[in-house]
Amino acid sequence: MSIKRVGKQTVKLANPPSIIGTASIVGPKEGEGPLKDYFDIILEDDMWGQESFEKAEARIQEEAIKLAISNANMSPNDIEYLFSGDLLNQIISSSYSARQLAIPYFGLYGACSTMAESLSLGAMIIDGGFANKVVCATSSHFSSAERQYRFPLEYGAQRPFSSQWTVTGAGATVLSSTGNGPYITYITTGKIKDLGITDANNMGGAMAPAAIDTISQHFKDTGYNPNDYDLIITGDLALVGKKILLDLMKREGYDLSENYSDCGIKIFDGVEQDTHAGGSGCACAAVVFNGYIYKEMMKGNLNRVLLIATGALHSPISTLQGESIPGIAHAVTIDKLVE
Amino acid sequence: MDKMTNKEYQKYAEKKIPKPTYFKNILYAFIVGGLICVLGQILRNILFKYGLDEKTVTSATSILLVFLGSFLTGLGFYDKLGKIGGAGAAIPITGFANSIVSPAMEFKREGFIFGVAARMFSIAGPVLVYGVSSSIIVGILYLLLSKGR
Amino acid sequence: MEYLKVFLVGGFICVIGQVLLDTTKLTPAHILVIFLVAGVVLGAIGLYEPLVKFGEAGATVPISGFGYALSKGAIDGAKSKGVIGAFMGGLEATAGGIAAAIIFGYIMAIVSNPKTKS
Repeated sequence: MSIKRVGKQTVKLANPPSIIGTASIVGPKEGEGPLKDYFDIILEDDMWGQESFEKAEARIQEEAIKLAISNANMSPNDIEYLFSGDLLNQIISSSYSARQLAIPYFGLYGACSTMAESLSLGAMIIDGGFANKVVCATSSHFSSAERQYRFPLEYGAQRPFSSQWTVTGAGATVLSSTGNGPYITYITTGKIKDLGITDANNMGGAMAPAAIDTISQHFKDTGYNPNDYDLIITGDLALVGKKILLDLMKREGYDLSENYSDCGIKIFDGVEQDTHAGGSGCACAAVVFNGYIYKEMMKGNLNRVLLIATGALHSPISTLQGESIPGIAHAVTIDKLVE
Repeated sequence: MDKMTNKEYQKYAEKKIPKPTYFKNILYAFIVGGLICVLGQILRNILFKYGLDEKTVTSATSILLVFLGSFLTGLGFYDKLGKIGGAGAAIPITGFANSIVSPAMEFKREGFIFGVAARMFSIAGPVLVYGVSSSIIVGILYLLLSKGR
Repeated sequence: MEYLKVFLVGGFICVIGQVLLDTTKLTPAHILVIFLVAGVVLGAIGLYEPLVKFGEAGATVPISGFGYALSKGAIDGAKSKGVIGAFMGGLEATAGGIAAAIIFGYIMAIVSNPKTKS
């Protein structure tokens, strides 16, 4: 008896939850990028006074959550659920940040898709009547991810052009059953797509099929088409994934060239900042959404956005064993106004 | 999307990856690698002036270059050299030192036993394993073949 | 002239590595092992020796030269001490470099911290 489902993979929220506060904190490199004016806090030092990169990441996430809650004029006591996740083993950064906050906590692992995953679950919990206020958050840190997935920082290896730069930062969104928008209106939950890409330096190529699948399913389920959105933005497909997505979507009959972008491409100046294909990491979609997209919506420059956060769900061990990368993409529609 | 098989997609995705700047990479690898070797030669010549024999000079040159590679890694310079020089920075013995020092530094927070000491050989370990093993095989093969004669 | 030969030989060995890096999916760690084992094998069959005579440090400083030293040491050890020598020779010849890497690695790990890449 589910009355809120439309089509195969999409739900239409009956009482769309409103975004009532966001926060974005980024590291120094992201703070020099093209979106620098949209972030709430730009760190001068990516250790942020901590002893390890891992502790720094936990602190960044915790502070982003606190800031989002205070931007919503609330206190952590008012929040009923926290949905958060990160890239590190056993999502330890999220658990440490949740330890400080004392909010009932669901830990999520969706790799770089975590922002859309947490928004999806948070919005459904509110629309289902199980909560009035929830916070959705995620974080990543270049240096903590690098050592877990790749090489030591001081190791002199060259990065291929298809490789991406993990964003240091965290983003948090407070959702509420009441508020003046923007609202979460549709959620399309993705299926795992794995077309056998094993190269962990080509995550864009590994995740693009998932994004294509979720976006086309979203259009089929809702009956909308690309022109109904001011912006269709993927999480971290970066340059390689973008090329694939635009090309293959066209073959599916959808022309996205007008209003498509990617958080991983927007956050860095690829040439100036030498980030190769672009940004990646949980924080990539999180800070672009909570910084750039939210603020542009509040200004009225964007009225309807489809955010598709993409995740490459491989582990360091699966990569070593030569296994392919399972890709996922979750789509969330954000509307400035609801009828 | 559904019309593509996995194989077709992998080929297709591979084509979308920008090609490395072959010429520039090769040129820089040549220059950086060549210069490190020239530095080694300069050290050798200096050591020979002190009247040391061939064996000692060879060992001393290795030690000095390993020190240099370690020191530059500690200063945070060798990763930048590696980014420019690629194989030119990785293949000389200074790069071997870099591959030992960088994980040792990186995993300091995990402690001095399971961090620094255990991780020290996470990249260079295979070099020692295959190098030492193959040298023993070579030595024994030499014995077998020379006995046979 | 001597330095030019060193530069050319050393540079050329590194170029082979760079071509492998750029045209295959091999990581630098794979390249190191391949070059080292190549040095051991070429040293054993007597093909590396002429390169060392010609290019001196240009052939001994790259990791393939390390492999050459290992196999030369093992053969020399085998000649003088038999089987036990085959076991000892390789490491004996390269002990300086390996010991240096361990101790300097340890010291550097204590005195300095990794910095985020920019």
